[in-house]
Amino acid sequence: MFVKKRSALLVLLLLSSGAAFAQKKPVAKAPAKQPAAGVSAAVLAAGKAVYTQNCLSCHQADGGGVDGLNPPLSKTDYVLGDKPRLINVLVNGLRGVDIDGEPYHNAMPAQTHLTDQQMADVLTFVRNSFGNKASAVTVGEVKAVRAAGKK
Amino acid sequence: MNNQLSRPFLLAAALVGSLGLYSLTTRPAVVAPDADNAGLKLPAGFGALVVAETGARARHLAVTPQGTIYVKLNRPKDGKGILALKPGAGGKATVTGGFGSYGGTGIYAKGGYLYASSDEDVYRYQLDAKGEVTNPAQPEKIISGLLNRGEHESKSIVLDNAGNLYVNVGAYSNSCQEKDREKGSMGRPGCPILDSAGGIWQFRADKANQTYGTGTRFATGLRNVVGLDWNAQNNQLFVMQHGRDQLHDIFPALYDTKQSAELPAECLYALTKGANAGWPYLYYDPVKKQKILAPEYGGDGKKLADAKYLDPAVAYPAHTAPDGLLFYTGTMFPAKYRNGAFIAFHGSWNRAPEPQKGYYVVFQPFQNGKPSGPWEVFADNFAGSAEKVASGRADHKPCGLAQGPDGSLYVSDDKAGTIYRIVYNQK
Repeated sequence: MFVKKRSALLVLLLLSSGAAFAQKKPVAKAPAKQPAAGVSAAVLAAGKAVYTQNCLSCHQADGGGVDGLNPPLSKTDYVLGDKPRLINVLVNGLRGVDIDGEPYHNAMPAQTHLTDQQMADVLTFVRNSFGNKASAVTVGEVKAVRAAGKK
Repeated sequence: MNNQLSRPFLLAAALVGSLGLYSLTTRPAVVAPDADNAGLKLPAGFGALVVAETGARARHLAVTPQGTIYVKLNRPKDGKGILALKPGAGGKATVTGGFGSYGGTGIYAKGGYLYASSDEDVYRYQLDAKGEVTNPAQPEKIISGLLNRGEHESKSIVLDNAGNLYVNVGAYSNSCQEKDREKGSMGRPGCPILDSAGGIWQFRADKANQTYGTGTRFATGLRNVVGLDWNAQNNQLFVMQHGRDQLHDIFPALYDTKQSAELPAECLYALTKGANAGWPYLYYDPVKKQKILAPEYGGDGKKLADAKYLDPAVAYPAHTAPDGLLFYTGTMFPAKYRNGAFIAFHGSWNRAPEPQKGYYVVFQPFQNGKPSGPWEVFADNFAGSAEKVASGRADHKPCGLAQGPDGSLYVSDDKAGTIYRIVYNQK
């Protein structure tokens, strides 16, 4: 776990200068040119479709979120770090938690209408878009969190 | 902020101002717009300048009759939740200090006091003859314990001319669903949020240690109000409501993304005691010009809501987030602006994937205390470009409005912390 976090941090540092540059662009960003190993174009396309339908209105086309309301999905440990914690945001929603020291006032609703496959796809897409690059989220990992149930 | 006391002070300020400037320059003490009008697009004859860059999340602001500017910060900067700015040469100002360790939105100056709010409490500070706060570290806490559940948490404030203070307590919800913002979740019957939030509460402005429970619920059925002002012509409270979001996300079978971007209107309401604007049971459709039953309560996008609820006074484009409202009582601007309303639209996020909108200050004409005629965009390009409007990645987001003693219009920006001043120079 410690090593994983270290590597995620390293990725974050490597990407941060490029991401800061790209942040000025208003257009929706395509997935990173080189997604993490084992992430297929088909999964990214499926994940993008789920994102557009369920996530985009709050987190925005560029994943940058909305100041003070909806957190950004780029350059954050919540997205790049611990996968069960990330999956749990979709399973149980999130509210009243500061992200990287910033408060965000809108409630993140649970997305339990999504299938395990859709959750895995959209999280894999988010972890490999908006300047992010991190390993895929598998259906098995989603199933495990959902089986653990509501907090 | 309205200033009834301004004329003698204005004269004094003008005299002091010219004396101060005399040593620096032989030119008269005029307020000089920036060469680029601070980046703003304005009607002919108007100019703008950057008064100061605070680098902080500048929410509402107040200007005293002597020209001192107080800015309420959303989060304290260097431990100061309120910044004090003293006027300087050419109409600019300098941050000279700060006080109040709490973040918040509301600030209002009237009758020798400065009132300011955190997201739970309202304080007041005494102003001396120079318009300076005499007790920055020991304000009087006049109201405590206002409900704050994280969503729609800001507590905007305004006073009437009879010693009452009005404060918004926003609903901690988008549309009173069983599960806030969750797809398909229906409305809670007899929305219980309205007992303690989703309205405007009235307190005494001069009484210490009032608690939430001792206030009067003045008006209800208002999801979240950030901009509000007292209209002295009609002796009436006007408020701008932030309309509900995410019709498509929550009810995709009833609303497509385009409808979701254009519904519902952001509404101006003229309130009387006991008014009920109908949130969460309805929203206002600006195209049909009707109150529509909310889908959470059985609506289908067409069914009308109960007619008993208050109609808006004016409807504005959806989701543009009106954060500041000011009735202009000055004489600097041309006559058509007098007693009309300026509205600061912070700008949208919830029109996505459609292009975003707002990031401007609107002028709404009024006659005899009632809206009269179409509104117009008055000050535009806070965002910096059309592309930055469309993407929502605005450079500046207008939030608060205040009137200076000379009739200048001040605008605060809670994105970059710029304080703007708009003046009219044409004779």
